[in-house]
Amino acid sequence: MLKTAKVILVLLALSVINYMPLSAQHANEGSSHGEESHGETSHGDESFNAGEFVIEHVSDAHDWHIASFGNTHISIPLPVIVYSKKPELHDGKSFHVFMSSKFQHGHADYKGFRLSHSEENKGKIVEVDTHGNEVAKPVDISITKTVAGVIVSVIILLWLVFSVAGSAKKNKGKAPSGLQNLVEPVILFIRDEVAKPAIGDKKYEKFMPFLLTLFFFILINNFMGLIPIPPFGANVTGNIAVTMVLALFTFFITTINGNKHYWKEIYNPDVPIWLKFPLFPLMQVVEFSGMITKPIVLMVRLFANMLAGHMIVTVFVSLIFIFASLFGAGVGLAASPISIAFSVFILMLDVLVSFIQAYVFTLLSALYFGMATADHH
Amino acid sequence: MGLVTPNPGTIFWMVIIFGIVLFILRKFAWKPILNALKDREESIANALNSAELARKEVEGLKADNEKIIAEARREKDVILKEAKEIKEKIIAEARDKANSEAQKSIEMARQQIQSEKTAAINEIKKQVAELSVMIAEKVIKKELSNKGEQEKMVEGLIDDIKMN
Repeated sequence: MLKTAKVILVLLALSVINYMPLSAQHANEGSSHGEESHGETSHGDESFNAGEFVIEHVSDAHDWHIASFGNTHISIPLPVIVYSKKPELHDGKSFHVFMSSKFQHGHADYKGFRLSHSEENKGKIVEVDTHGNEVAKPVDISITKTVAGVIVSVIILLWLVFSVAGSAKKNKGKAPSGLQNLVEPVILFIRDEVAKPAIGDKKYEKFMPFLLTLFFFILINNFMGLIPIPPFGANVTGNIAVTMVLALFTFFITTINGNKHYWKEIYNPDVPIWLKFPLFPLMQVVEFSGMITKPIVLMVRLFANMLAGHMIVTVFVSLIFIFASLFGAGVGLAASPISIAFSVFILMLDVLVSFIQAYVFTLLSALYFGMATADHH
Repeated sequence: MGLVTPNPGTIFWMVIIFGIVLFILRKFAWKPILNALKDREESIANALNSAELARKEVEGLKADNEKIIAEARREKDVILKEAKEIKEKIIAEARDKANSEAQKSIEMARQQIQSEKTAAINEIKKQVAELSVMIAEKVIKKELSNKGEQEKMVEGLIDDIKMN
């Protein structure tokens, strides 16, 4: 218990260190770039732009920020992989791979690429011509902070699951040991409380690997997102592209496994004929949109929940600096215990939300699979 | 708008990473884990079943034992009862036999007495008859010593005959 408490304290301290210099960086940026880039949004010398601070914390980036001291930024550079349709701007080559440190945190252009400061493409890579005008956007498949976060989580996921698989093989016919004891109940929960009731005793086995991967992927990414120290803390499940891919996997598996009954419900539902074949095939449109809405709902639910969690934590932390910039450093310092208490509370809530969202995503996927493979009502 | 617009690069990597992870885990991790879980569940179920069977067997043995004991007890009771009956029968038989023997001897004694008595009576009768004849002889001899007396007697005899 004591050990756990110590670990939590250290994590909290580190998280504050992680957040604090960032605000200093923003304050500095606010003063130095005030005239050039966001003259209107700047509130003067000591201003702190909470909105920008929060958004920057939850959005994707081309480098992984660790800390800033004054104007010195410490961040992990991430690979930039871009394909340009205008090779003449980039030394005659179309395909470029380089580290994001070449941009010097957005202060320098590199081979005709630039981290944009403009309102529209902020933080994105754009192509610039010799006069420094943004002329095009390359095809960007860089390893961004989100992708790097996914890779870190996936390494943990693989390690976790393979160690469990190893001990499962080792302890065949024996009592489980170690990590197996932690993971197996979760697997059993997914199997007995999610897959079996939703899909049915006969067909559930086919979908188990996907449901388990889905659940553990979301859960681990949710948790990693809560740890505020790199290489964790990337807002992975609060990124709409990530949740979109997860939802698409569910959608395609549902569609591929849809049986005759499932498609009949969509194209020839059991309703009065005038609802199906008037001038306009009303029911078919409704059913088809239902098919499309399901993955969209999955995508938005996970995305919005995790994003909101991250945002609220960041907002509570930034309250310190809002108070400090409005009423002076002393007030900010006085407000910090309350802010931290609220942040901790929200983090605890986020742990719960992490479980719930992973569970809900998995359960709904299982329900959709169940609908796709159901024989009769 | 940046937050709600999916980034194509992230989608690209996410599809690749999640696809690979799904494939690897499906093939090399989930199958063995799920199989191990199933095996263990089955073996636990089997163990529980066999334990239940063993328990039932023991219970059966116990019931058998009790049945055997009860049977033995009953047999003992039966044997004791039989012995008692036999004893009583023997005693009764002995008594009967003794009784009948006694009866028989008494009967025999009685018969003997009877026959002795009869013999004695017959003897007495014979002697009485002889004595009577002797007496009658003497009386007749004395009576018929005179004439008158002889006639009187003949007349009396004739009267008797007449009356018949």
